[in-house]
Amino acid sequence: MAANTAQAKTQFGYRRHPDQDRSGANVAEHPVVVVGAGPVGLSLAIDLAQRGQRVVLLDDADRIGEGSRAICFSKRSLEFWDRLGVGDRMVEKGVVWSVGKIFHGASQLYQFNLLPEEGHKRPAFINLQQFYAEAYLVDRVEQLPEIDLRWRNKVIALESRNDGVALTIATPEGSYQVHASFVVACDGARSSLRQMVGAEFAGQVFEDQFLIADVKMTAAFPTERWFWFDPPFHAGRSALLHRQPDDIWRIDLQLNPDADPIAEKQPENVRPRIERMLGHDKFEFEWISLYKFQCRRMARFIHGRVIFAGDSAHQVSPFGARGANSGLEDAENLAWKLDRVLRRLSPETLLESYHIERSAAADENIRESTRSTDFMAPVTKQEARLRRAVLSLAEDTEFGKRMVNGGRLSVPSVYDTPLSSGDRDDWRGGPRPGTSMPDAPVTEPGGGSGYLTDAFIRQGTRFTLLEFGNGADVDVPEGVGSIRVGGAGGLVDAQGLAGQRYDAEPGAAYLLRPDGYVAARFRNVARPALDAALARAAGLN
Amino acid sequence: MALSTSSNFAKPDDAFRAIVEAHRGLTDAQSADLDAALVLVLANHIGDLDVLREAIALAKRRTLDASQQQQQQQQ
Repeated sequence: MAANTAQAKTQFGYRRHPDQDRSGANVAEHPVVVVGAGPVGLSLAIDLAQRGQRVVLLDDADRIGEGSRAICFSKRSLEFWDRLGVGDRMVEKGVVWSVGKIFHGASQLYQFNLLPEEGHKRPAFINLQQFYAEAYLVDRVEQLPEIDLRWRNKVIALESRNDGVALTIATPEGSYQVHASFVVACDGARSSLRQMVGAEFAGQVFEDQFLIADVKMTAAFPTERWFWFDPPFHAGRSALLHRQPDDIWRIDLQLNPDADPIAEKQPENVRPRIERMLGHDKFEFEWISLYKFQCRRMARFIHGRVIFAGDSAHQVSPFGARGANSGLEDAENLAWKLDRVLRRLSPETLLESYHIERSAAADENIRESTRSTDFMAPVTKQEARLRRAVLSLAEDTEFGKRMVNGGRLSVPSVYDTPLSSGDRDDWRGGPRPGTSMPDAPVTEPGGGSGYLTDAFIRQGTRFTLLEFGNGADVDVPEGVGSIRVGGAGGLVDAQGLAGQRYDAEPGAAYLLRPDGYVAARFRNVARPALDAALARAAGLN
Repeated sequence: MALSTSSNFAKPDDAFRAIVEAHRGLTDAQSADLDAALVLVLANHIGDLDVLREAIALAKRRTLDASQQQQQQQQ
């Protein structure tokens, strides 16, 4: 197999830390320890550090994982990464796409566009090998003195206390202890911290096996997601083709449930399948992996002072790009809440909203990805019959096309949450409380073009009031950011898209949370209602 | 909108007959395929998830009742 191009630059050394020389009553105390330096742990650490928190980030390996693994990063994830200062690098390297095509047999059933409208800073998706994403995040971590990233530091024991957690950490030079006010477990689907807190991880196991091959080739396929049901080159099963940077193509083939995993993984057995698919043999393997998957989640994402985020808390099938993206949504949801709790600006109960919001999102992701998986691999004869009927109806009916499920791609959940203040005014559209802020193009008063998501970042990703100016001055509470569209000195909504997407007339205002979700909205904002919404969104009542 | 169980066809026999005749000459497997497609087409035409769920519940109850009765007769 070809040498993996990214591994050379993603090897990191173990370094002894002074914490390792402390013991007993002298053990180091840290506000936050994040366990696992994958995309979720790294992003969470950066977000916390940018909010001024000191973070210890532990990883049991000394290099970034092999293989491309997660490859599809959503618009929402890119907007989060913009806030972390790594969005541009990801998008420059990544392959931008928004069109998917579904084939049945040799013919195309339909195509969809995930972002058919203009006026968004970020595309619907980029494809980027996970190791690149991790490498860019590590580079960012190294710019932030608040983060103390310790490679080859493996948590081997955990003791919960009422005011924190005692961790025992193994290193190449023996083990040591630290105390943390909070521990965030981002240590993946096989989370050892989950076992240490004794939490169950129950759900549905799927019997079908899937083969992932990343192949290197120069090909003229367009940058689109292609999905086949029953293709001529892989009869009776499904297949997926997706482009990555560096002329790498992700191929995903469904295998029979009884296929022998060891034999199937051998390059000499994979090669003929791919040759049939591509119609030629001019490719090299970068990575081959065989997997079965499970859809499951922890009953509770918070166990005392140990908080779970990403795959450690929930696992989904890969069809829908809901694994890494939902983990990143966990990180952006948790970071500002943990920051407020550590600063004693909000009570610890604010963290409960992390569990409420993100476990509901996990349920939604599991539901969606389970449906996709069941559609791809029908369990009973009747399910297979219904799928056959849908696929054949899809040839000439619109409703049939829309029922074909080749993966429903990740979009951020809308939260039903105690942090939202319900609408009191009439709205015909726009994001209701609990929705992530839609982007829109705006022009600076000086003439420079930009986006609402940029304006939010410039306000410091804190509670921010997005106002559609009517000339009257709004009294914005201290510590709250302010974005004004329209009026004297405000951003110019030249195309009218901001007003449209927020269903806004002059005088309207949206209160945005520090993660860019809408907390409340007002047709005509007044201070008492704004104060009440702020208090609610901060978990203060 | 609730599921309508009052008689909606002016000539119910014609409707029943149309469905029966669609199955004429088909094997069991073909009939099952036809039913599957027909259910999907009609469900989309109704276009109301609550009505669909009520319809499923009603149909399922009848099916279960029928199989229980069969079992009792066999006993």
